[in-house]
Amino acid sequence: MIGRNDAVAVSRDDARPVVHPVRSLLSRLPAFLRAFLPAFLRAAAWLRLSLQRSAAGRFACIYGILLALSAATLAMFLWWATAGLLDRQTEAAVRADAQGLSERWLDGNLPALMLTIDDRLAQNIDDDAIYLLVDPRMRRLAGNLSAWPAVVTAANVWHQLPVEHVGVKSLARVQRFDLPGGYHLLVGRDVRLRVQLRELLTDALVWALVVVVGMASIGAVIARNLFRRTIANISDTATAIAGGNFARRVALSGRGDEFDQLADTINDMLDRIGRLMDGVRQVSNAIAHDLRTPIARARTKLEDAALHAHGEADLRAAIEQATGDLDGIVRVFQALLRIAEIEAGSRRSAFAAVDLVPLLADLAELYGAVAEERGFTFVLDVPPALPLLGDRDMIQQAAANLLDNALKFSPPGGAVRLNARATRNSVEIMVTDQGPGILAAERAHATERFYRGEAARSTPGSGLGLALVQAVAQLHDGTLALADAAPGLQAILILPRGNNILSNNGAYPGGMALGLASPGGGDVGREP
Amino acid sequence: MRILVVEDDKDVAGFVVRGLKEAGHVVEHADNGRDGLFLAASEAFDAIVLDRMLPGGVDGLRILETLRGQQNTVPVLFLSAMAEVDDRVRGLKAGGDDYVTKPFAFSELLARVEALARRGKSDAPVTKLTAGDLEIDLLSRQVRRAGQKIDLQPREFRLLEYLMRHSGQVVTRTMLLEGVWDYHFDPQTNVIDVHISRLRQKIDKPFGSVLIHTVRNAGYMVRAETG
Repeated sequence: MIGRNDAVAVSRDDARPVVHPVRSLLSRLPAFLRAFLPAFLRAAAWLRLSLQRSAAGRFACIYGILLALSAATLAMFLWWATAGLLDRQTEAAVRADAQGLSERWLDGNLPALMLTIDDRLAQNIDDDAIYLLVDPRMRRLAGNLSAWPAVVTAANVWHQLPVEHVGVKSLARVQRFDLPGGYHLLVGRDVRLRVQLRELLTDALVWALVVVVGMASIGAVIARNLFRRTIANISDTATAIAGGNFARRVALSGRGDEFDQLADTINDMLDRIGRLMDGVRQVSNAIAHDLRTPIARARTKLEDAALHAHGEADLRAAIEQATGDLDGIVRVFQALLRIAEIEAGSRRSAFAAVDLVPLLADLAELYGAVAEERGFTFVLDVPPALPLLGDRDMIQQAAANLLDNALKFSPPGGAVRLNARATRNSVEIMVTDQGPGILAAERAHATERFYRGEAARSTPGSGLGLALVQAVAQLHDGTLALADAAPGLQAILILPRGNNILSNNGAYPGGMALGLASPGGGDVGREP
Repeated sequence: MRILVVEDDKDVAGFVVRGLKEAGHVVEHADNGRDGLFLAASEAFDAIVLDRMLPGGVDGLRILETLRGQQNTVPVLFLSAMAEVDDRVRGLKAGGDDYVTKPFAFSELLARVEALARRGKSDAPVTKLTAGDLEIDLLSRQVRRAGQKIDLQPREFRLLEYLMRHSGQVVTRTMLLEGVWDYHFDPQTNVIDVHISRLRQKIDKPFGSVLIHTVRNAGYMVRAETG
């Protein structure tokens, strides 16, 4: 223990630069770098490669950097809150000390001040206070410092100087105060212990940072591997499917997390693609089958005629029949192409305002004659006007197909009805016959290409009529519903009126938005 | 009539040229776009049968556009494998008068070419059409046969008018569907035959002699019995 009133000698090497805490930290950096440089270089090279090649690497790197940055920020804050606090406390204490002393000076001049300094030294339990009062000629009057340190020349500036405390080298933080009459006062604190404490703290924090960086790197590697494993699940599936194994699906972890949701979405997508592919396969099988039959028939006729025909008349008849068969094939092709064209949706650009009433009346007139000739009753029931936005030719053809069907399947004496009505947002065209209808189980398939129900097997036809109607309905964002008319079939073609399309997109090619744009356009189609 | 056929497919071209010649027409043939354009622009034809896809750097659409650009109004019938609705619309918009898609029946092509070539000739507006003792007045929309008035429904009148305008020519069912009903699809039902037979009930049946003839594998024709 150092005696309280022992003089403290100012050490000789005054000029030695003060070691600042941050600088002490930096001074350790080279040693640090030397120790960890190979590891750093290796990590940097790995990072560069990872970042270039792998999203998982980038992900891991970002994770590591974020973790290290937040740890560094925390360390800086800790350092500021502890080591910084020590400095600030010292400075505050010295300032308060000086304030008290200058008040003593004002109260009782020099002797009072000297007495106070001695008192304070005597009461200083921690033995860290440093005082020095000198006269104008810089001679010591009171205090525990033997002589005025040469470096302290300016008032109110902090100085850090080495002192010798009874043989023990130490550090002091001092400030000079000028008193009236040329007296100078030096007040300070011995900060050796605090400096040691600060260095300890700094070391601890630096090591903590090193540990954190290490853990961040390990964490990054783990994160990368997790990421890779999850991606690998999906990419394995994709590779398998690309390799032809379409039944493969992405495995679910069962946790219901984002990766599971992604896997679910991908699986749904694959299912849908699978269904579409099945559809395409069915259609191409159907094409192959349904066209093979008439092609075979035409070929047989021609070959048979070539081998067995007796005379020109036989040959001509065979050729004509074969030509007829080929025309049938061409018609099937045309229907298929037309359906594909409609399904592609390019016809939407030709949408215009159409009033369905004259359109349906024309069809009724065309088909009514046929019905009459065959002994059916034909009933047309339409409101005064049925405006809608659509493709006139396509709607005509769709309705004609429905009427073709109705006439084809109606029994003698039966009735065929063509009704139409407007509902809130759509127009419904209904064709009802009294034929055999379509079995409930078959209705869902009736609109597939080449599908022919039990009742239709024996009649001529390609099985494309309803498929085309369905395509036209879809082109107009509408639907084709098939219902039981008990007995018979009711086909309902529901087409949205498309007013919203019209108002959103008023300028149709050629300004064809005639009827619906007129002043009364708001309630068109609501008439009975 | 003088008809130019621009078609690069040898079989199709040979078939069409032979058929048109048999039907009594004078036929020129070009097997590429350049020659076709040269012939079409330098000589006078009553009708041109034009393929759309042609070798020689000039396709059918270009030929037609060039001709129309020179105020050449010769009737042009496209004969093309491009069968989509949009293709047809493009061909007609460019100034084509008719559009037949491959594969085609020659009777259909012949009927349409002859209809076109005939149309190109008679520019003067007609108010009266006659065939034998049948007479229709396009203004008062009255029909008389052997001096006797016949009542027709509006559609029956248009059907008869179309047949009379092409009297002496074959008119196919598709032409009637397009020309009278403005339908561009083939119904599965024999709708045209039914309407023709109704018309015959009124035009032919009461008078004993036939004006509306059926042409086998082709269509119908209005022709006055000669002699």
